[in-house]
Amino acid sequence: MTAVKTMSNWDVEKIRKDFPVLSREVNGKPLVYLDNAASSQVSQAVIDRTAKYVAEEHSNIHRGVHYLSQHATTAYEAAREKVKRFINAPDVNCCIFVRGCTEGVNLVAHSYGKGFISEGDEIIISQMEHHSNIIPWQVVAGDRGAKIRVIPMNERGELIIDEYENLLNERTKIVAVSHVSNSLGTVNPIKEMIATAHKFGVPVCVDAAQSVPHFPVDVQDLDADFFIFSGHKMFAPTGSGIVYGKREWLDKMPPYQTGGSQIRTVSFEKTTYAPLPAKFEAGTPAIAAGIGLGASIDYLNSIGFEAAAAYEHELLEYATQRLSDIPEVRLIGTAAEKASVLSFEIQGIHPHDIGTILDQQGIAIRAGHHCAQPVMNFFDVPATARASFAFYNTREEVDKLADAVQKVIEVFA
Amino acid sequence: MSELNELYQETILEHNKNPRNFRDIEDADNTADGKNPLCGDALRVYVKMDGDRVADVAFKGSGCAISKASASMMTQTVRGKTKEEAEELFDEFHKMVTGGLDVETEENHLGKLKIFSGVLEFPARVKCASLSWHTLNAALRGEEEVSTE
Repeated sequence: MTAVKTMSNWDVEKIRKDFPVLSREVNGKPLVYLDNAASSQVSQAVIDRTAKYVAEEHSNIHRGVHYLSQHATTAYEAAREKVKRFINAPDVNCCIFVRGCTEGVNLVAHSYGKGFISEGDEIIISQMEHHSNIIPWQVVAGDRGAKIRVIPMNERGELIIDEYENLLNERTKIVAVSHVSNSLGTVNPIKEMIATAHKFGVPVCVDAAQSVPHFPVDVQDLDADFFIFSGHKMFAPTGSGIVYGKREWLDKMPPYQTGGSQIRTVSFEKTTYAPLPAKFEAGTPAIAAGIGLGASIDYLNSIGFEAAAAYEHELLEYATQRLSDIPEVRLIGTAAEKASVLSFEIQGIHPHDIGTILDQQGIAIRAGHHCAQPVMNFFDVPATARASFAFYNTREEVDKLADAVQKVIEVFA
Repeated sequence: MSELNELYQETILEHNKNPRNFRDIEDADNTADGKNPLCGDALRVYVKMDGDRVADVAFKGSGCAISKASASMMTQTVRGKTKEEAEELFDEFHKMVTGGLDVETEENHLGKLKIFSGVLEFPARVKCASLSWHTLNAALRGEEEVSTE
């Protein structure tokens, strides 16, 4: 087995001090947090900014004439501007705040569905999608009389691109696909897939929940039609998420949720809708969470997100090597290009048992179907154990994981 | 790691490795399917009655060590009991793993099943331990499916 080259110049211990939860104990052991794909931890800087907003600056936004309301609006819209720059969106008003990726997918599916999908049309998704990028499309297909087509994957957990191209036809109305698989870690060739779909005039909706936290993204370079992600997976508090969409679609799509804030005029005879982004932001938003998302972007920029991503990737490679060296372990998801996620099974031992024994040693992984039952069925497993990394995990933590896996095997021998 | 030893005791590990009555019953009077959707445990329990008595009980399926060991010991305990006794055992087992019964101080018929009291320290695993009992209960009542959701 070739040795993994020494870690890049990343001062992980310094970074860890920024995250208060990482110094706590769990079950009498130091916490080893390897469940980042489920949710990530929040830095003190983000905690402070969010808490400061709630403590000193809070008011409802957008139409108040008093100081706090204007101040809160400025802070919230500043966060939106940070998102725009973070993903290199062309237009800040095309960055819509939602409360998480799942809500974002529901927004695009139902709103685009209502506007553009009719009987006999087709929606392409992939075999490796998270349930949140399957079920909204299933529901919309059912409502609109459309058909779901599925891009298959191979044994390594890579999409079979030839089959994808075969699925595209004149009835295809949208492709919905994940940038990175939450269960397999596969990084899909999104840019190429978008280019192919565009040849057929088909827009592509990217589930970016697991990509945005792990490497820099550029929605213009990708030419994505929709690009959706959650704040809580990218080191911000729960409650925020973003739908980026090309204006050519968003302007023509009917609203998703309706109510206050997203209207221009209201009467009982007729209501007209506000322009973007307000059209898609009904009701009082999760203001504090949105400001937290902006603060997280500031934090990532301050530590050097590209360097963070490079370090995290080396860690994944090291973890992959350490677990591959254990004969009883089978890795699930061995694509050539991967990010963050290491799913595995141990011969004859259920992931639930692995998870509990690791938990007793302070190690947090996830065991289950990861909201990806089709993936579990494909690999013929009831569930997998999943470790998922971030830039604040360490080589020593990977060693602890490998040692604990060894211990599990001993317990069940 | 004493808490862990409370859950993964020798007996439980042994029952997981060599589950008793891990087979189907071709002429079963009732079968029921039980699923633990959160983690993928799935069991089928077969019951053959002789009048009011459980003449034979068996199970098949896949699941974690706790669910398998629990199912195995359930089949051992329930065989030969009346339907009423089996339902009482279900009730006591369920109370034990959810903290409603102190097996050391309160009267019960659980016997060897007491070793599952350790599951109290692991709330995420309670549904694993009780899955086979819920499924048995469904089978005895003539219901076909049960989920721990």
